[in-house]
Amino acid sequence: MQPKAAKKPWFAPFEPVSPGAGRWLALGSFLIPLAVWCAVSYLPFVWHPLVKITDPGGVAYFQPGTLVEKATFALENSRMRERGLAQAEGVPANPVFLPSPGEVAVALYRSFTTPPRRSGDKWLHESLWHSIQIIFWGFLWSSLFGVPLGILSGVFGVFSKLTEPAVDFVRYMPAPAFGALAVAVLGIYDAPKIAIIFIGTFFQQVLVIANTTRKLDPALIEAAQTLGARRPGILFKVVLPGISVDLYNDMRILLGWAWTYLIVAEYIGASSGITFFINQQAKYRIYDNVFAAILIIGLIGFTTDRFLAWFGGFLFPWKSRTGPAAKPADA
Amino acid sequence: MNPAMDAPELDYRRQSPGVAARFGRLRQRPVILSVRGLGRVFGGHTAIGDISFEVHRREFLCVLGASGCGKSTLIRLVAGLDTPSSGAILLDGKPVAGPGPDRGMVFQGYTLFPWLTVKKNVMFGLRMCGKSPTEAECEAREWIALVGLSKFENAYPHQLSGGMKQRVAIARALANRPRILLMDEPFGALDAQTRAQMQDYLLEIWRNVDVTILFITHDLDEAVYLSDRILVLGANPGHVLEVIENPVPRPRSRDQFTAPEFLAAYRRISELIHPRGSATAEKIHIPRLTKAGDDVE
Repeated sequence: MQPKAAKKPWFAPFEPVSPGAGRWLALGSFLIPLAVWCAVSYLPFVWHPLVKITDPGGVAYFQPGTLVEKATFALENSRMRERGLAQAEGVPANPVFLPSPGEVAVALYRSFTTPPRRSGDKWLHESLWHSIQIIFWGFLWSSLFGVPLGILSGVFGVFSKLTEPAVDFVRYMPAPAFGALAVAVLGIYDAPKIAIIFIGTFFQQVLVIANTTRKLDPALIEAAQTLGARRPGILFKVVLPGISVDLYNDMRILLGWAWTYLIVAEYIGASSGITFFINQQAKYRIYDNVFAAILIIGLIGFTTDRFLAWFGGFLFPWKSRTGPAAKPADA
Repeated sequence: MNPAMDAPELDYRRQSPGVAARFGRLRQRPVILSVRGLGRVFGGHTAIGDISFEVHRREFLCVLGASGCGKSTLIRLVAGLDTPSSGAILLDGKPVAGPGPDRGMVFQGYTLFPWLTVKKNVMFGLRMCGKSPTEAECEAREWIALVGLSKFENAYPHQLSGGMKQRVAIARALANRPRILLMDEPFGALDAQTRAQMQDYLLEIWRNVDVTILFITHDLDEAVYLSDRILVLGANPGHVLEVIENPVPRPRSRDQFTAPEFLAAYRRISELIHPRGSATAEKIHIPRLTKAGDDVE
């Protein structure tokens, strides 16, 4: 029998967690906030500052379903008692802006199955699809210019000095500040929204990718030179493949940034997409739908990123799956 | 260090008839690399003062020196990765201008391209020099076989051990058929056993392949074990202290580490790079922290 491995302490600095424990902890990172939300929603003694009326009794302005302050409820009931009228009845409840997980789950399902309240309004999936298109085009245009410019800046000092100071200057201007200008130039529909995503992403992209390019081990370039590589060979056969893994990961992070500009971008001109959906639902005070829409943005972002991370493993087979700890077989 | 350091001293300049004859033949061979009055100044600091030497065809020349004597600067200049401040470097009589495939280089750090398999790494130089993919693949296979890694031709560098990586690096540099192979402390990052193995590999390759080697090291044993001649450098600024004709006969074997010629050469280099008194000049005083009587010696 093998001796039992020494148990690893829970808090070992800079020690990776075992894969098994890692999965449980990752699950916990979602379940713990969900548990807190459940507790606040379903356990009446945790918060529930309001009372939801089930039977108005003698109180004239109470309706079944009305939310009232606990103090108001007590006051009205004491008045009823003085006048000998029927007592109002109700159950503890949370404010309307905090729906329970169950209600949100139902809303999430219903928003895909029930038509929107007003005939002109968009379905949730239509709104989402519109938003995804805005992100896609904004990010695509940004990458089309940002990636080559970033790589050139990283490789050639001339490009670096010619672009980076100005890019560094512009990136401090918040993208939404260009909103009014974008509408004036590009109209009120999708173009200005794509422009805001572009502005929000592009300038960061150039700098991040230039830095990534500069981090390439110069010894690889020198090795290539001693093997007879000239400038195009170095650029396309050494720099590009050499930075590809980091570039890919940069793009994942930048795509996340593009999403953060989405809501602001969709406010510009004619409000559209998921932002319009959220605002409409908030106007109708259907907060479970608002939650559902916000959650879905997170869900889309998260699954996209997980997918890209997984896909990266296929794109870059030379990146050891098991990390640097994978021990090679010696000859 | 060496167990037989106290053996009766032998003059390192005394060569057996066989060794003398080898050096005679070596001097007859054409000069591949000629370095003349080479100097390199970084800012106000002179890294290399005035270095001159020649390397003949199929010679194995080691450059040895303490840290800071400009060994690496020297080899980078020869490789064309750096430009000299003064002097000239001639390869086959023509001045060197920038890096090129005629001077293959093996670096200390593993500089294999991590995104390419072993085969593609070795093919890299061949493709860069205009060979067709099939031609390059065919030749690469032969070089990989030469370093004994045919089984690993489709492996990625991260799947190889340090020694295997350096063997691929050697194959990659040799594939371009360089006039001279530059090796900058190539085995410096390897453990002692792998390093010894690699030294034997390298001697075997050098014996069987038409290649001239300029080898940088700070390891005295390594220099004496591998070289024909040893260029011993001194520091501040880097300059040639002596060019030693290695008296150890070939073929080399590990048994020679205790041979009188080996020790004579070793002792001479040791004297050159640690002159008498220099090692004791900076004696550190360590206060005694153990009880009296609790001695280890």
